[in-house]
Amino acid sequence: MAYILMIVSAVFVNNIVLTQFLGICPFLGVSRRLSTAMGMGGGVIFVLTLATIITYLIQKYILVPMAIEFMQTIVYILVIAALVQMVEIVLKKVSPALYQALGVYLPLITTNCAILGVAILVVRKQFNLTESAVFAAANGFGFTFALILFATIRERLELLNIPHSMRGVPIALILAGLLSLAFMGFAGIVR
Amino acid sequence: MSMWKNFTKGFLRENPVFILVLGTCPTLAVTTSLANGLGMGLSTTFVLVMSNLVISALKNLIPDKVRIPCFIVVIASFVTIVDLVMAGYFQAIHAQLGIFIPLIVVNCIVLGRAEAFAAKNSLSASFVDGLGMGFGFTLALAVLGVVREALGAGSFFGHKFISGDGILVFVLAPGAFLVFGYAIAFVNRLNKMMSGGK
Repeated sequence: MAYILMIVSAVFVNNIVLTQFLGICPFLGVSRRLSTAMGMGGGVIFVLTLATIITYLIQKYILVPMAIEFMQTIVYILVIAALVQMVEIVLKKVSPALYQALGVYLPLITTNCAILGVAILVVRKQFNLTESAVFAAANGFGFTFALILFATIRERLELLNIPHSMRGVPIALILAGLLSLAFMGFAGIVR
Repeated sequence: MSMWKNFTKGFLRENPVFILVLGTCPTLAVTTSLANGLGMGLSTTFVLVMSNLVISALKNLIPDKVRIPCFIVVIASFVTIVDLVMAGYFQAIHAQLGIFIPLIVVNCIVLGRAEAFAAKNSLSASFVDGLGMGFGFTLALAVLGVVREALGAGSFFGHKFISGDGILVFVLAPGAFLVFGYAIAFVNRLNKMMSGGK
C-alpha cells in the first residue's frame, strides 16, 4: 500500500516535471512529436531506475563507510555519465531494436537533471533500497506521463496561428503552466 | 571581439536564459523571490567563472577524447565547494535552494561555456566570459524573482507593499512557467524591435 501511495504521489501529486522542476530541458526539447516523447520517456524510466539503484549502493557501501559523503556530487555525476555510456554500448550489442528506439536519447539523458536530482533526493529522504527503486521508477513514469501529455497538445499547437514573438518556447512554457495548474487539482490526495 | 563586448553579450544579446533557453530547471524552481534568485545566480556565477578559468588554463593538457568527463569533474569540484560554503555560512538560503545547489553541476550553461568558449580561448577572455554569462543568468533570475515575488506575495526583497496575500499561484509551480513564458516572449519582441524596428 505504501508503495502504491508513493507511485500516485510521484506521478500525479508531486510530478517531477510540473511541480519539482526537474528535467525541464528534455521536457521542452523532445516534446514536439509523440513518438520522440515516448522514446525519451522509455530511456528516462530505464536509466533513472538503474542509476538510482547504483548510486544508492555506492552511497551506502562506499561513501558512508569511508566518511566521504561530501564527494557525493562528483561521484554521482561521474557514475551517471559512465552508466549512460555503458547502457548505450550494452544495448547496441544485446538489443539492436531497443537501441534503435532509444539510441539518440541516451546521450541527452546524462545532462537530464532529473537523474541526478532523484539520486540525491532518495539519499535526503533516507529511503531503503526497495523504496529508492520504486521511487525512481515512479518518477520516471511521472516524467513520461507529463511528457506524453505535453507532446500530444503541442502537436496540435503546431497547426495554430500564434503571435510571432510567442512562437516556440514561450507558448510551450505557458502550456506547461496550464498543465501544471491542472495537476494542482491532484494536490491533497496523498502527501 | 573586444573585452567589453565579450562581457556584455550575456546580458541581453546572448542571454543564457531568455535567448539561449539554457538552465531552465533552476530558473523555474528558485525564482519564487528575489533573494532566492540572487543566491542561485551568484552561486552559479562563481562556479562558471572558476570552471572557465581552470578549464582555460588546462585546455592544452586535457586530451580531446576525454574532455567532457574532465570538464564535469572540474565543475563538480567547484559545485561541491559552493555547496559546503553555503551550508556553513548561508544556512537559510542553502535550505531554500535545497537540491538545486548540487544540481548546478548539470546546468547546461556551465558545461556549455566550458565547451564552447573556455576550451578555445585565453585565460582572461574566459574569465570575462564566465563573469558576463554569470551576470546575465543572475540578471534573468532576479527579473523573474522580482515579478513573481511582487505578484505572488506582494513584496519586494522581503518587504511587503500590500496588505493581505498576493496572487498565490505566481509563487507556486504554474506561475513559474507562465511568468517565464511571457518573459521570453517579451525579450523576443524587444530584440526584434531593436534589430529591425518592425
